[in-house]
Amino acid sequence: MIGEATSSGGGGKDDSPAAVSGKKNKKPNYSRFTQQELPACKPILTPGWVITSFIVVGVVFIPIGLASLYASEHVVEIVERYDKDCIPPDYRNNSLHYIQTSETDKNCTMTINVPKLMKSPVFIYYELDNFYQNHRRYVKSRSDKQLRSKASEGKKNIAWKSDQEHKFGSDIYPKNFQNGSLIGGGKLNPSIPLSEQVDLIVWMRTAALPNFRKLYGKIEKDLQANTTITVTIENNYNTYSFGGKKKLVLSTTSWIGGKNSFLGRAYIAIGGLCLFLAVCFVFVYLLKPRPLGDPSYLSWNRNPSGQMN
Amino acid sequence: MDSSNPIERSSSSEISFKSASRSLSSNPSRASRGNSVRTGSFHDLGSRPVRLGSRGGDSEMFSASQKEISDEDARLVYLNDPAKSNERFEFAGNSIRTAKYSIISFIPRNLFEQFHRVAYIYFLIIAVLNQLPQLAVFGRGASILPLAFVLLVTAVKDAYEDWRRHMSDRIENNRWAWVLVNDQFQQKKWKDIQIGEVIKIKANDTLPCDMVLLSTSDSTGVAYLQTINLDGESNLKTRYAKQETISNIPEKDKISGLIKCEKPNRNIYGFQANMEVDGKRLSLGPSNIILRGCELKNTAWAIGVAVYCGRETKAMLNSSGAPSKRSWLESRMNSEIIALSLFLIALCTVVSVCAAVWLRRNSDELDTMPFYRRKYFRGSEPENYNYYGLVAEILFTFLMSVIVFQIMIPISLYISMELVRVGQAYLMIRDTQMYDEASNSRFQCRALNINEDLGQIKYVFSDKTGTLTENKMEFQCASAWGVDYSDGKISTQNQQVRCSVKVDGRIVRPKMSVKVDPQLLELSRSGGDSEEVKHVHDFFLALAACNTIVPLIIDDKSDPTAKLMDYQGESPDEQALAFAAAAYGFMLIERTSGHIIIDIHGERQRFNVFGLHEFDSDRKRMSVILGCPDGTVRVFVKGADTSMFSVIDRSLNKKVVRATEGHLHTYSTLGLRTLVIGMRDLSDSEFEDWHFSFEAASTAVIGRAALLRKVASNVERNLTILGASAIEDKLQQGVPEAIESLRTAGIKVWVLTGDKQETAISIGYSSKLLTNKMTQIIINSNSRESCRRCLEDALAMSKKLRAVSETSDNIGTSSDAARGPVLCCRVAPLQKAGIVALVKKRTSEMTLSIGDGANDVSMIQMADVGVGISGQEGRQARMGYMILYNFYRNAVFVFVLFWYALFACFTLTTAINEWSSMLYSIIYTSLPTIVVAILDKDLSRRNLLRYPQLYGAGQRQEAYNRKLFWVTMLDTVWQSLVVFFVPIFAYWASTIDVPSIGDLWTLAVVILVNFHLAMDIIRWNWIFHVAIWGSIVATFICVMILDAFPMFVGYWAIFHIMGEVSFWVCLLGIIITALLPRFVAKVLYQHFTPDDLQIAREVEKFGHQRDIAAEVEMNPIMEPPPRR
Repeated sequence: MIGEATSSGGGGKDDSPAAVSGKKNKKPNYSRFTQQELPACKPILTPGWVITSFIVVGVVFIPIGLASLYASEHVVEIVERYDKDCIPPDYRNNSLHYIQTSETDKNCTMTINVPKLMKSPVFIYYELDNFYQNHRRYVKSRSDKQLRSKASEGKKNIAWKSDQEHKFGSDIYPKNFQNGSLIGGGKLNPSIPLSEQVDLIVWMRTAALPNFRKLYGKIEKDLQANTTITVTIENNYNTYSFGGKKKLVLSTTSWIGGKNSFLGRAYIAIGGLCLFLAVCFVFVYLLKPRPLGDPSYLSWNRNPSGQMN
Repeated sequence: MDSSNPIERSSSSEISFKSASRSLSSNPSRASRGNSVRTGSFHDLGSRPVRLGSRGGDSEMFSASQKEISDEDARLVYLNDPAKSNERFEFAGNSIRTAKYSIISFIPRNLFEQFHRVAYIYFLIIAVLNQLPQLAVFGRGASILPLAFVLLVTAVKDAYEDWRRHMSDRIENNRWAWVLVNDQFQQKKWKDIQIGEVIKIKANDTLPCDMVLLSTSDSTGVAYLQTINLDGESNLKTRYAKQETISNIPEKDKISGLIKCEKPNRNIYGFQANMEVDGKRLSLGPSNIILRGCELKNTAWAIGVAVYCGRETKAMLNSSGAPSKRSWLESRMNSEIIALSLFLIALCTVVSVCAAVWLRRNSDELDTMPFYRRKYFRGSEPENYNYYGLVAEILFTFLMSVIVFQIMIPISLYISMELVRVGQAYLMIRDTQMYDEASNSRFQCRALNINEDLGQIKYVFSDKTGTLTENKMEFQCASAWGVDYSDGKISTQNQQVRCSVKVDGRIVRPKMSVKVDPQLLELSRSGGDSEEVKHVHDFFLALAACNTIVPLIIDDKSDPTAKLMDYQGESPDEQALAFAAAAYGFMLIERTSGHIIIDIHGERQRFNVFGLHEFDSDRKRMSVILGCPDGTVRVFVKGADTSMFSVIDRSLNKKVVRATEGHLHTYSTLGLRTLVIGMRDLSDSEFEDWHFSFEAASTAVIGRAALLRKVASNVERNLTILGASAIEDKLQQGVPEAIESLRTAGIKVWVLTGDKQETAISIGYSSKLLTNKMTQIIINSNSRESCRRCLEDALAMSKKLRAVSETSDNIGTSSDAARGPVLCCRVAPLQKAGIVALVKKRTSEMTLSIGDGANDVSMIQMADVGVGISGQEGRQARMGYMILYNFYRNAVFVFVLFWYALFACFTLTTAINEWSSMLYSIIYTSLPTIVVAILDKDLSRRNLLRYPQLYGAGQRQEAYNRKLFWVTMLDTVWQSLVVFFVPIFAYWASTIDVPSIGDLWTLAVVILVNFHLAMDIIRWNWIFHVAIWGSIVATFICVMILDAFPMFVGYWAIFHIMGEVSFWVCLLGIIITALLPRFVAKVLYQHFTPDDLQIAREVEKFGHQRDIAAEVEMNPIMEPPPRR
């Protein structure tokens, strides 16, 4: 404190004889920054701005919404649930037993009818429902290190380049998902390095939601309407224990992604709402106008006594 | 002793305009300064109470002086024998250390201090929890990051401050002083000075330690000191060497002796010691000690012996940092944090309950569920894999959710608040409008943490003297022997006379000219023998003699041949009186401890000063016993009217007494400070009696002060009234305007003064504190029961309170009723503090105290905000907004995490990268808030001053209140729902993976909260643009960097998802949808119920068309305006 006082305490009154001389001026330098006088724009929500912004949002949102809705509508999607159908009738009431024993024949053949023209590329997905791949135990149980050390060139990003794995022909020969199944396992071909085990890599990219799809393959050929596709599925994976659904999905794609009308509808709704609000505010401003910057609205002016409190 | 006074312990934080302000929290008591009759320093004048003259202190000191300093309690100092002085006790050396840390102790001590914040402990616990393998939600590094960051930032700040202290310590310690070594004065560094050493100080040197004066260049042993560094008072104080030691020359005479003094304490106005020299035992008082930090002035040299060194000096003991004031906002914030914690616990409970339900429901399938796999089938017997039973699982879930949702409690908030305050203080300090040309001093901010309270002040307590007024006293009127000169009016036309005298062949004139009344001047000059003339002479003699002024002859700057007579003294009133006496021909020329010389109309007369009874706040008067040249002995007394009329013999001159009383009333109505002067001739026997008892009392070791007081009251009686003086204390420039502004701003101004009621009221009118429109209620009540209860701190003096309270406005109960300004007169310093404490307690409003003198210290410490008011900027609004915003932005984030937990089987998988969630409140969103809180402002300076009423927004806490808190939280939930569910629906049943959707959420939240802030910025300048858009860009970059590390799961996720159109469509939709309700609410609110700030902003922007109208509207409108 003394140190501070000696350095700063000198600015006393000027009537003491010794204190006057030799003092440096402590007046702070003027700058627009320290005086808080930087040029600034002061936006105020005037009626014009409010209505304009609502209209702009509406005008921008509705076309986007329409466009994405249109795109989504043009996506052709075929969803075939196979977990139920692939159980032979004898096992209908005992599906758990069916899936858990190794004696049963898991192969299952489905025929899919293409209702509309599907332009290439047609993506093949398998969809799982009620499957918490994002479950903490599941996420934790994976070891990236292990995966990397097994595979000398563990470049995981290949997984996203699943486009490499073009599969041609309309017949598909699915494998089981061994790393998920309780029984068996080890059906991965040990001779193929992990980095080439594309399906595994795709599977290992944890799905964000309990209802998810995984890309399985791609058909680089247009599928004409009324084409019949025969799919042979090895129904190995046990989803019966937790009531999960298994589906096979064939879908084309658009710029907005797969068949999902949510974004389009939401955009149209928000855009419409904004236009509606714009109209509302036009009425509000017309019916109950308030002059901007009218000092008579200041609280002490509104209060007849002119007194605070 | 100090701890017995509650006010002492409250802080001394103050923000002050004056560099001379002080933050000493000592308990100065003047009663103990017994010994010397000639003690120089005292304020007299009942109207200006002594500095911190606490009565409590008096009595304590009294009891302390009852006992002889026992050997255990004493410090023995052997003169000029440092070896012997220091052999028994380890006295502190003279090196000082204001720095808190050394290199080694820095880390542990700093950490220890930082962890005093409860929030930090919370984060530490969370970080530790996260290290347990079962709970490890985040990686080790990520979990420690936020805590490490804030600790580091604070540590760097502390280290820098400490480094500066180290530097200043080093400079202090290495200054040179002349120390007697082997009978020769040699230069020695300050840090090497030891107790018992004899030190020589030269003129204008700073004292290195506390010393007992031995001798000075003055033959009577007087030394003048400037104590500005110690107590901020710029006038000179006199200190005395003992007669027995002044003749010694240290180089030749071997000095030896023993000083027995009290242990080091903080009381800078008290000192008790005995000195044994040459077999004689002398008692030492506060007038014999000179303290570290003071400067020697007008004395060629002084020699003293070091008694307290280094950290034991009184200055250092007083510099211990006072505990800081906590701002209202901060304490309020703590309660909100508790609310947030409850919220957090609620969220965690929901998650764990859901998890429990899920586990129960699926308990049969857990073994086989492919994503759960409770059993581990490797061995022959399936065993549990990482499964510890249902209860443990639930507990783990709970703890993990605490870890995941930890940022609900904003750790960075403390740091942000600190940074914001530093920034605000910087702006305040650099404000050119806060610079005072006259004193060349700028605004100083002594306590950072109460900046925001400046915007909420409801009560301003102001001292009058020196704060509202200039404290430059001017003699105005005199009533001598019952005749009022200048007709009771402040005359301005009177000729200005400067009489001059010759000293040493040179013409010396008083430095200050005084307006004189020609009639009175005539009388004082006339040598007639009439009673009137005699009394006028005595009157001026009393003015010239009855004081402690030290006359100094200084060079006249304008005229090199002439010299000026300057009167140095502690009380400006005394100075004014002495100058007045000089103007009327009674010029004080010399003062030594034994005599004074007064030039009376060219004739030099010597008066022996036999004794002097200094001013104290009980008697409220002082007296001097003079031996006049004609052989008579007289006692001259001056003091406050109340105390004087009780000792004046009314029977002697009834007419004069009554006339003087009338004049006093007139003067005080004019706002002048009044003093009454009386005298008495002492007969030989009376003088003998007095002299005997005075000698006995002043050399007494026990109870010296009380004895002296008794002696004084014995001699101060049956006085003849001589007259009264009136001194004007001019209002400072701009005071009326300032007070008017404060009033319109809805701030209640209370002026606390020691003046008479009439004086106070008149000052009140001239300062526009009171106006004619107001109803004046004067309460002259005795100390009421309630009052006494309220002034608990002043309990020790409650007896005296009653004595004083005949005219004292005890505002004890009026505070509830007090809507307007309040004037309290006849208030003693501790009463001031009591009043402040009372208002604080009763109303729980923000209080601010302004004062200049040491007698205001207790009041300043008591108030929420010490001296100084910016009054212009609603700082609290900004800070309040910042806190609210901090809560909001962390809550949005936590809610997004929470919703996701519901979609991840209640298992707290985090979609958002752990590093992102840690950096969120540190990098992604913190800078804009800080910048906005520092730099944004509602209105320009000009407009704020134009509408002082706008200040009310802060008082009503419009920016931060509970309602706003909950509305914000509601908005938060909505926004988090939008942020979370738009991507969920958009990507339902798609190939989206966890890191990708996490990145989308991260970016959406960051952009959203920054837009949210941007919506509320009032003045956009380029800094805001940089901060806000920069933060968003920085977030993108950070997310990309994090996704470029192959060891993270989210490797390359951001680049994949950014390639998809749906990502951008989602982002845009989220931002607009989330902000839509807020925007609509804001527009509606502003349109239908605009607040004052809003209107004023519009006026500012569109006002140019309406300037004229606005001016008119400033007047209150009597009828409600027509609403269309």
